[in-house]
Amino acid sequence: MRIFTLIRQVLDAEETVRVQNNAVALASSKLVMDTMDEYGVEEALRLREQGAEAEIIAIGVGPARLQDALRTALAMGVDRAIHVETDLALDALALSKVVATLASEESADLILTGGQQADWDSHALGAATAERLNWPQATWTTALALSGRTLTGRHDVDEGSETFTLDLPAVITTQQGLNEPRYPTLPGIMKAKKKETRKETLDRFDVVPTVSFERAEIQTKSRKLRILDGKDPQAAAAELINLLRNEARVIA
Amino acid sequence: MILVVAEHANGKLAKSTLELLTAARSLNRAGDVTALILGSDILAIAAEAARFADQVLVAQTPALAQYDPELWTAAIVQIAREGEAHTILIGASRSGREYSPRVAIRLDAPLLEDIISLHDEAGSLHAQRYTYLARVTESISAKAPIIVATIKPGAFAPAASLPSPSEQWDVDLNLPTARLKVTGKTTESTDRVSLTEADIVVSGGRGAGTAEAFTALIEPLADRLGAAIGATRAVVDAGWRPYAEQVGQTGKTVQPSVYIAIGISGAVQHLSGMNKSKLIVAINRDAEAPIFKITDYGIVGDVQQLVPAILAELKK
Ligand SMILES: Cc1cc2nc3c(=O)[nH]c(=O)nc-3n(C[C@H](O)[C@H](O)[C@H](O)COP(=O)(O)OP(=O)(O)OC[C@H]3O[C@@H](n4cnc5c(N)ncnc54)[C@H](O)[C@@H]3O)c2cc1C
Ligand SMILES: Nc1ncnc2c1ncn2[C@@H]1O[C@H](COP(=O)(O)O)[C@@H](O)[C@H]1O
Repeated sequence: MRIFTLIRQVLDAEETVRVQNNAVALASSKLVMDTMDEYGVEEALRLREQGAEAEIIAIGVGPARLQDALRTALAMGVDRAIHVETDLALDALALSKVVATLASEESADLILTGGQQADWDSHALGAATAERLNWPQATWTTALALSGRTLTGRHDVDEGSETFTLDLPAVITTQQGLNEPRYPTLPGIMKAKKKETRKETLDRFDVVPTVSFERAEIQTKSRKLRILDGKDPQAAAAELINLLRNEARVIA
Repeated sequence: MILVVAEHANGKLAKSTLELLTAARSLNRAGDVTALILGSDILAIAAEAARFADQVLVAQTPALAQYDPELWTAAIVQIAREGEAHTILIGASRSGREYSPRVAIRLDAPLLEDIISLHDEAGSLHAQRYTYLARVTESISAKAPIIVATIKPGAFAPAASLPSPSEQWDVDLNLPTARLKVTGKTTESTDRVSLTEADIVVSGGRGAGTAEAFTALIEPLADRLGAAIGATRAVVDAGWRPYAEQVGQTGKTVQPSVYIAIGISGAVQHLSGMNKSKLIVAINRDAEAPIFKITDYGIVGDVQQLVPAILAELKK
């Protein structure tokens, strides 16, 4: 069977976001594979280590630089990668068309994708892809196992969590807690150099963005930044409570 | 028709539904603001909704007793087609964000996801949403015969009630069978006010010290203020607090009037869940902690000394 794991490349958590010409500027920033996608790669590898006979393929749609994140996935243990190269920013519904087309062509059985990646704060790609393929889905997944063609797992829902079973083919979106992603090892990095990354262009997928992007802004609320010295805890506590009661008037 | 998919829990309309209705009303698009209620025991909820929407569609059937993304999709798509909806508003809850993309694909509609503002400009819908872990505000737009939008909880004020209740209509649905089989459920429960609806949130991080210290310091302070308790992922991972209390990228998003961060460093993933709070208070012994960059009132000092002092002061 074949497992797809979808990869996005996002700003490293330590980096400051910058906006230039009404759009987020990433050119001079450190970019990494999204952690939510790392969970997906890790889970695919674990399913195989637990006995599933699977070829694992990393899928990336994005600019040339995305190959770094795909290489990380290959170094972690993924078998090969498909990179649909484009500088166009696609919304999740448009992107799902590319993923669904590739899934049909490659006869994928399972697609793992990050829930809520750190760039677009979107959670739509997994479900949109599932709908295009007419597959079922489980989202916000925190535990997963595969036996034959049946998945069992646990995922977060509105008020708590559920355990579930689900037959392949299916789409799974990841959530914190699913696993602890491994780091690429040196032998893994060496092996990755020999693995195939197939490049494709976006043209043949016939996608049009469904949502127009107008602009991005950083709007920080102005904060009071009144920082008190706590060396005298009683005095600092009294001053804080005074500010909350009499200046901000938010407590009685 | 503007179709609003009502969210409800424990036999009651959720606050988010009233927020969706405000968003629907403020659009000034043609057609009735129609609330769709899906479930198995929903007559009381429908009656409540009739006080706020222009009309209420009631899909009461045992098949809808449990939320399922594919059943919800089928139901909403059928109603949207039959009612010729041009706009569908869905709550950006976990469930809403999981089935809305399916609805959009099936209707060949654009999806405006997790939005905080919405308005119509010559037939195209313009919206804003947060991206980059809530550090960037993105403006987007879409124009199509039918558009789906999910609305971030707390972004709109709850709708006011109508002078008289509107009409309710029963609807029949053709539903598929659910393919995801639910085998067990764990429900979050707390005696305190719910984290996402609380006016004040007292959150603790690793700086609270230990699970016992968290209980001894954070709980009394929260109780004293009538606040909900929040926690960082570090605290949840350590097993000090349940995941239901986690605030941040992979936990809950809150925007209370006051957010009190105690022993929290202020990692971006945590900030993304609370940086829209009206007033932020922080206590941290490290003056360089990133949380202080977004603090209104802060104290640089030791949690173990400061929290008891604050409690004593509050009792005065
Ligand atoms: C994909 C992903 C998703 C994530 N999602 C979330 C999320 O949803 N929510 C979340 O919170 N995190 C999340 N994180 C983790 C996040 O990066 C941080 O690791 C976490 O928020 C740190 O928690 P903390 O502030 O409690 O701990 P720390 O970073 O260890 O900070 C503890 C703070 O307490 C202070 N301190 C210690 N002792 C005292 C004392 N006695 N008195 C006063 N101050 C003291 C220290 O100065 C320090 O600033 C996520 C990470 C990833 C990669
Ligand atoms: N005044 C502010 N109010 C709210 N959030 C802020 C403010 N300043 C910075 N932030 C947030 O703090 C985090 C760190 O910002 P930065 O220091 O610019 O990387 C980001 O999540 C910002 O969105």
